[in-house]
Amino acid sequence: MISKDSRIMLEVKNLHAEVGGIDILKGVDLTVRAGEVHAIMGINGSGKSTFSKVLAGHPDYHVTGGTATFEGKDLFALEPEERARAGLFLAFQYPVEIPGVSNSALLRLAYNTLQTERGLEELDPLEFEDLVHEKIKVVEMDPSFLGRSVNEGFSGGEKKRNEILQMAVLEPKLAILDETDSGLDIDALRIVANGVNSLLTPDNAVVMVTHYQRLLNYIVPDYVHVMDGGRIVRTGGKELALELEARGYDWLRAAA
Amino acid sequence: MSTALHNLVNQPYKHGFVTNIETESVPKGLSEDVIRMISGKKNEPEWLLDFRLQAYRHWLTMNEPDWANVDYPRIDFQDIIYFAQPKPKKQLASMDEVDPELRRTFEKLGVPLHEQKIMAGVAVDVIFDSVSVTTTYKAKLAEVGIIFCSFSEAVREHPELVKQYLGSVVPSGDNFYAALNSAVFTDGSFCFIPKGVKCPMDLSTYFRINTEGSGQFERTLIVAEEGSSVCYLEGCTAPQFDTNQLHAAVVELVALDNADIKYSTVQNWYAGDENGKGGIYNFVTKRGLCKGVNSKISWTQVETGSAITWKYPSCVLLGDNSTGEFYSVALTNHLQQADTGTKMIHVGKNTRSKIISKGISAGRSSNSYRGMVKVGSRATGARNYSQCDSMLIGDRCEASTFPTIDVQNTTATIEHEASTSKIGEDQMFFFAQRGIGSEEAISMIINGFCKDVFVHLPMEFAVEATKLLGLKLEGSVG
Ligand SMILES: Nc1ncnc2c1ncn2[C@@H]1O[C@H](COP(=O)(O)OP(=O)(O)OP(=O)(O)O)[C@@H](O)[C@H]1O
Ligand SMILES: [Mg+2]
Repeated sequence: MISKDSRIMLEVKNLHAEVGGIDILKGVDLTVRAGEVHAIMGINGSGKSTFSKVLAGHPDYHVTGGTATFEGKDLFALEPEERARAGLFLAFQYPVEIPGVSNSALLRLAYNTLQTERGLEELDPLEFEDLVHEKIKVVEMDPSFLGRSVNEGFSGGEKKRNEILQMAVLEPKLAILDETDSGLDIDALRIVANGVNSLLTPDNAVVMVTHYQRLLNYIVPDYVHVMDGGRIVRTGGKELALELEARGYDWLRAAA
Repeated sequence: MSTALHNLVNQPYKHGFVTNIETESVPKGLSEDVIRMISGKKNEPEWLLDFRLQAYRHWLTMNEPDWANVDYPRIDFQDIIYFAQPKPKKQLASMDEVDPELRRTFEKLGVPLHEQKIMAGVAVDVIFDSVSVTTTYKAKLAEVGIIFCSFSEAVREHPELVKQYLGSVVPSGDNFYAALNSAVFTDGSFCFIPKGVKCPMDLSTYFRINTEGSGQFERTLIVAEEGSSVCYLEGCTAPQFDTNQLHAAVVELVALDNADIKYSTVQNWYAGDENGKGGIYNFVTKRGLCKGVNSKISWTQVETGSAITWKYPSCVLLGDNSTGEFYSVALTNHLQQADTGTKMIHVGKNTRSKIISKGISAGRSSNSYRGMVKVGSRATGARNYSQCDSMLIGDRCEASTFPTIDVQNTTATIEHEASTSKIGEDQMFFFAQRGIGSEEAISMIINGFCKDVFVHLPMEFAVEATKLLGLKLEGSVG
């Protein structure tokens, strides 16, 4: 929901970044205010995941120019875990498997780390179990997934749901969802989208990277951005996604 | 060195043998005289001196083994102090008198040395350098007929038992280091659980090498009579010296009919510094004999220290239906080298063995699993399950497995599984993105990896082992 006087959460200016010696981001500008929903679209390889990882602080990606502030702080001065503790969350396009570490143990450690950061009480395993059983309803996942190793042997769609479960538990201020909808079946898409909607408040914000207009029927964006060649080349309202669906990207690329 | 000091140190030998007994250690080097001196200091019976001398003479004919996947300069066996004993004032009556530094080290390891934890039911024997410092709870154990004391005391008080079992599992000429140990061992622990007795508490020994240039050659002998059971814990530490120190222990376990021995080790000898300077050479022979029917011996080890580890706790499954188990976590970092594993020798019918080995390599270390499963021709229905997993942290370390299977009975069932995994940057980034720092992340992954072994450790040990692994890996990723 757009409200001009809500606070600026994320402000990215002229961001340049490289990975493996190749310049990928070439001047990204983006402002996200509390309460807003943004969608980023764009062809394969245009730099959407790179942008997400740079914001989250992946060590392979290096900022070569520009600035980013998150909740008033210089984002790039923070370590990846500090960014996370400050409320930045990234749902990965390709979630990794962590053999031997149970989902619930990971969730509890992550949750308690945040609690400590916020000066709140940690939860013991029993208290946390109550919490997580509430949260798991958000994504309608079977509780048996809690006892399994993180993402190990999960189907593609299950991994994506698991990312949103983590989001539900950690309640980030800004969630970047990198193609969370890819790989979800039609019912799962609806469930996960409803889950994300239920987590939205005037105090947090979501940036969704997606290829499909369908997701945007469920989670209605305030802004749709098109990334191309490492830049945001067009920003519009939700109708821009419909236009892209109808016309593809070529007309934008030619214009850019 | 000042002239006065120089003169003092180089004073000619004036006081003869008798005065020498009062000193802390025997001179460097090994000879029949040194062995006689050690034996003499300890007032040992003739048969034990003979055992030592026989071992020594055998040792002289043997060569240092070179088949292990470890690399180190030749050891000068004449440059080692074979007997170092704390000054008499260090012989302690109560726990309060234990050197605070030593206690801190033990506490860091989670050693239940202070009173509260002892109250929690752990009897402790502390071997400081080569001499047993204190054995707690002896009286209480004696009530049920359990003997738990230093090896020297056992030789004095229960010579017939020692004589019966010493060398019965690891013969004095078994291998180079076992022969060396048999010749020069100075102390260790002895434990005897009589028929039908379930040991009411965990028994525990802590080994400590303290004197620079000294070797530690302790000897442990545990005998569980028919239908008895015991759970034994062993912990090890050493201070940091620039020189390498040799630790060549021998542990012998004997389980008679229906007896059950569980032996757990958390080994944290000094590993040397980041550049591989200093550290313990841990060349240890541990073997259990399942002598009786339905007997069971279970080894659990967490090996984190030592510059070099050469260690294969093994089980000889002689009794029908006997069981041998080996659960191991071996962690190497920096320039550490470990070549460790087990041997399961199936002799009796329907014998079973299980091997779970977890190797973790970081830094520039090298970590090898070496295992042997041998099924003899009479071992009808023998079964073995082995699982060897390696985890690599970073890309400059090395992990190898050398499994050997030798089956001479067609009814045997042998299963072997192996895997290698790596803590990847993407995993670390995932943890970071969830707010979890790299040290906690590693400890979580490692814990998950080692879970199948840690469940076999007593609770306290498991908690400490977890911390220890975290500590050892500090700064090795990212
Ligand atoms: N670690 C890397 N090493 C080399 N090149 C990389 C690396 N990561 C990304 N790239 C390159 O950067 C470009 C942008 O990739 P990115 O993953 O950001 O695209 P994307 O917009 O998310 O695409 P998709 O829609 O397919 O997910 C691609 O050309 C990709 O090959
Ligand atoms: Mg992508």
